[in-house]
Amino acid sequence: MSRRPYNRPVSKSKWWTTQLRYQHYMLREVTCIFIGAYMAMLVWGLMRLSQGPEAWEAYVAGILSPIGIIFQLICLGFALVNTISWFNVTPKAMPLVVGGERVPGRTIVVAHYAVWGVVSVFVLAIAGL
Amino acid sequence: MEIINTDIAIVGAGGAGLRAAIAVAQADPSLNVALISKVYPMRSHTCAAEGGAAGVAGANDSMEYHFNDTVSGADWLADQDAVEFFIEEAPKELTLIEHWGCPWSRTKDGKVAVRPFGGMKMERTWYAADKSGFHILHTLFQTSLQFPSIRRYDEFFSTDLIVQDGVCQGVTAMEIRTGEMKLFKAKSVIICTGGAGRIYPFTTNGAIKTGDGMAMAYKAGIPLKDMEFVQYHPTGLPGTGILLTEGCRGEGGYMINKDGYRYLQDYGLGPAKPEPVKKAMELGPRDRLSQAFWHEMQKGRVVETRYGEAVLLDMRHLGEKLINERLPFVRDLAKSYMGVDVVDEPCPVRPVVHYMMGGIHTDINTATSIKGVYAVGECACVTINGANRLGSNSLTELLVFGKKAGHEAIGYIQGGTAPRDEADAEKQGEAAEARVKGILNRTDGKESVSVIRRELNDIMEYGCGIYRDANLLTEACNKIAELRDRFKDVQIKDKSAVFNTALTQALELEAMIEVSQSVAQSGLARTESRGAHQRLDYPARDDAKFLCHSMAHYNPNAEPRIDYLDVVITKSQPQERLYGAAGEAMAKKAEQEKQEKQPVAAAE
Amino acid sequence: MAERKMQVEVLRYDPDRDTEPRYQTYEVGCDPDWVVLDALTKIKDEIDDSLSFRWSCHMAVCGSCGMTVNGEPVLSCKTFIRDFPDKIKVEPLDNFPIERDLVVVMDDFIEKFEAVKPYIIPKEPRSIEQGTYLQTPAQLKAYKQYSMCINCLCCYAACPQVALNDDFIGPAALALAHRYNLDTRDVGRSAREDVVAAHEGVWECSFVGACSQVCPKDVDPAAAIQQSKIASTTDYFTSFITGGSK
Repeated sequence: MSRRPYNRPVSKSKWWTTQLRYQHYMLREVTCIFIGAYMAMLVWGLMRLSQGPEAWEAYVAGILSPIGIIFQLICLGFALVNTISWFNVTPKAMPLVVGGERVPGRTIVVAHYAVWGVVSVFVLAIAGL
Repeated sequence: MEIINTDIAIVGAGGAGLRAAIAVAQADPSLNVALISKVYPMRSHTCAAEGGAAGVAGANDSMEYHFNDTVSGADWLADQDAVEFFIEEAPKELTLIEHWGCPWSRTKDGKVAVRPFGGMKMERTWYAADKSGFHILHTLFQTSLQFPSIRRYDEFFSTDLIVQDGVCQGVTAMEIRTGEMKLFKAKSVIICTGGAGRIYPFTTNGAIKTGDGMAMAYKAGIPLKDMEFVQYHPTGLPGTGILLTEGCRGEGGYMINKDGYRYLQDYGLGPAKPEPVKKAMELGPRDRLSQAFWHEMQKGRVVETRYGEAVLLDMRHLGEKLINERLPFVRDLAKSYMGVDVVDEPCPVRPVVHYMMGGIHTDINTATSIKGVYAVGECACVTINGANRLGSNSLTELLVFGKKAGHEAIGYIQGGTAPRDEADAEKQGEAAEARVKGILNRTDGKESVSVIRRELNDIMEYGCGIYRDANLLTEACNKIAELRDRFKDVQIKDKSAVFNTALTQALELEAMIEVSQSVAQSGLARTESRGAHQRLDYPARDDAKFLCHSMAHYNPNAEPRIDYLDVVITKSQPQERLYGAAGEAMAKKAEQEKQEKQPVAAAE
Repeated sequence: MAERKMQVEVLRYDPDRDTEPRYQTYEVGCDPDWVVLDALTKIKDEIDDSLSFRWSCHMAVCGSCGMTVNGEPVLSCKTFIRDFPDKIKVEPLDNFPIERDLVVVMDDFIEKFEAVKPYIIPKEPRSIEQGTYLQTPAQLKAYKQYSMCINCLCCYAACPQVALNDDFIGPAALALAHRYNLDTRDVGRSAREDVVAAHEGVWECSFVGACSQVCPKDVDPAAAIQQSKIASTTDYFTSFITGGSK
């Protein structure tokens, strides 16, 4: 007899269910839908603003309604997942070398959080909160 | 049987085989090279070499120093013309693979860094942290990919040389994944199959190091030279035999016994100084260090581990930063396999079989007694290593003589080769196939591969260890003869054609038995102590009788015939082999004498 | 220390006998300090000589013994049984055809490996007399990590893109291309771009990161690939500004 290599089947639709690390990846990817949705909500707001005060007020009422708040909280949750998971992989994409020594990945990640914090405070300050 | 026509067949795709293949491809791209290996090239055992490769690099060093170190390290059993050639070529080859991308460690100003090594007067070991062999192998393999004339046959197990009237006409090899035998018709065959450490139970060598190429040449009629010289590396991990490089000591590590005492000073290697002193203490040659362990064991000054007696390699004083930079692999190995962090505690180590100084007899040009057959690397004995190889000479040897063999094979082919009797070549191929099929298809055998292998391993360690005597060696010879006989009755249960590793293990065992027999018989015949061959019943070196190479000639039905070949001596007459303070004093004296003889030259 | 009884469930496939893989469980007494490979060699030596697997160095440097242990691609010579319960499952690496038992077919990997031109392409020929190149420790460090790959294929087994797209060049080969691109002795980046920057090259990677998580040598191929993406994007835009194609 001779060789007959065996190919194990791979499911094109369910592959990501086989391993936890694939599910983490899928979760990270799925977050973009919610971030997109939130963006759409903001664009919608701009459009309403251009339609006059009444339209704008209706829009504001909508986003402050319980459904609007729940929607934004969900978006916030996914935005956090997205941000944290991408921050955690930045050292891979952007290795920094300072004085011949590679900057530890942790330092790069922490720096990202620091910048995020500063920007958030700045935005909140502008918003007058 | 499929026939594959090629010009040069290279058996073994480790450092030597790859270097030879590249040498042929660069010098004459019109020649077809078949690179045949029982494993993928990057699996070859060159990858396990850690410490580095020797070649004169610094302004403080000289060819003469490297020559003297190598020849005295070899206990004057090396052929000095070969050593001279080797030393001269060494830096060129190391430079060349730097051009090819080898990631040698560097000094601050970007030059290649060198480290001290055992038995070397100067620091001349080029290193890539503690993965030098790995990087050399991968550099060579990757470099080889750009040459279309090199055709690889990965996972092909070579079995027999095809020889007609003393002329090589090819080699047979079994494709492991189909189980089919192939006949490589070639004008020249270069054997680069590495060592045979696996004949011993406790070795740094990988599973593939079973001496197949040595046995193949031996059975074709090429003698095996100096087989009694088996190197024990002083620092292997107990249990697994995993190597901790000599670089540990090169960087300043101490060898201590159970009392924390640097015991090497008791064995002619002292005095003990805190900093590393070249050619002294921990930087003595491997044979002396391994023998010192044996004496410590007799005195009961060793530590007990789960895997037997050991001494300790203490690197704590080197500090975490240096260890991480230069010995990261060692730290990882000791931590994983021994549970010891060398930064914080000394690591148990013991001597472990590491290297065969002997091998296929070649002349200085890597040529064997069969026209067209060349041999390079650990499987060969050219001989630059004599009775004891110095650490870091072997990686360089692969490169220097690999290139040499490639060029010699080209020269041989260009000089015109004898016509091949095609029918006879195919008949020989079929005979090889029948032999292998015979082992595969045997159903009435009573012996198993693993049992014979274990018994072989045990008798080799018992009878052909660090110290030997006539009784031990005789016992080993008898036992090996018995095993050789019993092998004829070996049966494997696996009868499948595809990737039958039971079959390849049987073929490997057959080779191991032949190689073991040459080791034991050559050892029994050499009634002196020299380098790695230490006889309790003949403790002194005997230059009158044994300043010569042992040559074991294959005998299918009995033990090999042993005869001798004179050592080539060009400029270094045998002297007492001294290290430590005594060695220093001798070297100073020699230097003075030389200056007195040549006052003008010295003044220049 | 007492011997430890292990149940080792192994995927078996012998093309001479089996139409598809099956599982076989062996009970084997193990030294508690053993690695999975030790258990397999004991099975082969003492119970079943037909069990097929590759191995050599037993020190995690030759890369032969990559296999799947309890679902995770690992080097079996560096996977200790002390880290597992009394039952383990050993399978060949995912995403490769099974030749037999734990042995996989590597042909496809070797082709991709060769395709990235993993060798120094120098600016101009250099003679031995010119000596070695100068390369500072910092320049060495820039690529050293990516030169540590032992081709064990664990990263290919872990990568879902390798599973889904046969043509994806894959983590180890792309990391190796990056290693040469970063080497100061090399000017071959544009020669490698055809393969590296192609769709089947770095752009097929969706940055799951599994390759780096399973790499036993900390090569971090995911990092190499992301950096290659950035470099190739920069090249693309630079070519607009300079107006020339390289």
